[in-house]
Amino acid sequence: MKRLKVWIIVGVILGFVMPGVALAAGDKASELIVVAHTRVLTDTGYYTAFMHYMADAYNANILVFAIWCTVLTAVYGAFLGFLMDFLMARTGLDLTSRKILEH
Amino acid sequence: MDWLFMYMPIAGIKIFWPGLVLIGFSVGTIGGFFGMGGAWMVTPGLNILGFPMAFAIGTDMAHIAGKSMISTMRHAKFGNVDYRLGFSMLVGTRIGIECGAQMIMYLERLGNVGSVVRWTYVIFLALIAWMVFYDYFKARRKAKTGQVGEYGATGITWYVALHKVKIPPMIHFKVAGFTCSLWLPLGVSFVTGALAGFLGIGGGLLRMPALVYLIGCPTHIAVGTDLFEVMLSGLYGAFTYSLKGRIEIVAVFVMLTGAAIGAQIGTVATKYAKGYGIRVAFGIAVVCCMFSVILKEFKFDAIAAVVILGTIGAICLYIIKIMFQGAAQELREKKKAEASLFKA
Repeated sequence: MKRLKVWIIVGVILGFVMPGVALAAGDKASELIVVAHTRVLTDTGYYTAFMHYMADAYNANILVFAIWCTVLTAVYGAFLGFLMDFLMARTGLDLTSRKILEH
Repeated sequence: MDWLFMYMPIAGIKIFWPGLVLIGFSVGTIGGFFGMGGAWMVTPGLNILGFPMAFAIGTDMAHIAGKSMISTMRHAKFGNVDYRLGFSMLVGTRIGIECGAQMIMYLERLGNVGSVVRWTYVIFLALIAWMVFYDYFKARRKAKTGQVGEYGATGITWYVALHKVKIPPMIHFKVAGFTCSLWLPLGVSFVTGALAGFLGIGGGLLRMPALVYLIGCPTHIAVGTDLFEVMLSGLYGAFTYSLKGRIEIVAVFVMLTGAAIGAQIGTVATKYAKGYGIRVAFGIAVVCCMFSVILKEFKFDAIAAVVILGTIGAICLYIIKIMFQGAAQELREKKKAEASLFKA
């Protein structure tokens, strides 16, 4: 119990020290870019092709960009949900009920 | 070390992607545990990474929608989501947010309201924190004097009086386990939505305690139901922000990847945490958020960011500890039960 309290105190102190260190090294956010810069996307590959497509949609047709953003967010979220569900089921934990019943 | 930086095609800059994964993980953990989006936690983190602030809110909104989807799917398996209540609250919240946003735009045309909004936010956060800790100490006093109900001692029970209001239509919320007038969740969600729209926040910080203290939802179901609502309103927010060109979609995917793991930890941790444990931790998070807003008001931005990020770090570690300790205990008990069955 005493060791656990020590670990909790260490964790809390680290939790406060680390962001201070990061902030000392960090830089402020830069200016807003209103046109997506597609000329730098010169590599071939599916990832760059996807980035190119999204940047083009952002520049040319914002509605298409908005629809893709919303749909892809929902699809990726659902995919990750199912994937994590599959992985968590293999841990052996009961993930369908909880013992604690209180308000 | 170039591989540690990922190019963002819309913002046109390279970002340290492990930082994005860490932000997603932390917010996923805390959001899954408390049942809120967590936008107030993401912005300082993105600022430190050098993410353009113009894209921060929209990117965060989309990430929160996806993260809430993952958490909702897990909470639904635990039986923590009341869809009927969630949809009722969503209607009220959406109308309320639009009214609140219109009010703030009207006040902005009259003069500078930034400071008024921040101090209003501080007052509401202080009220919420007071409510949470008063509820906890009242419940403890009742438990000590033996005033214990079916599900343990409860502190604040304002919802009991509100449930007695019989304005039709009356609706039964099966998962949450109570019957009340439909106007109660609609009204409460309208008020929290209006406040959220006025203050320019998502509203999870306001909605979660409102679900518990005013509507009478058990804590775990309030967490799951609120996440369901955040998911739907987050998707709507993601669409509107991307129409304004304010989303960096690659950053959304990277943060979601971290959030997928964090959301599982936060959500499963609720299984091993008592309702009041969740509420007290929520109260502490609210107090730290309040201090950071006060510090920002007095232009101590760096210290405000340290307070927020320190709070996130500490609460994350606390939730991870609950989850792993609880899971280890459950697996130990399961092994013991299997061993004794085998012996028999």
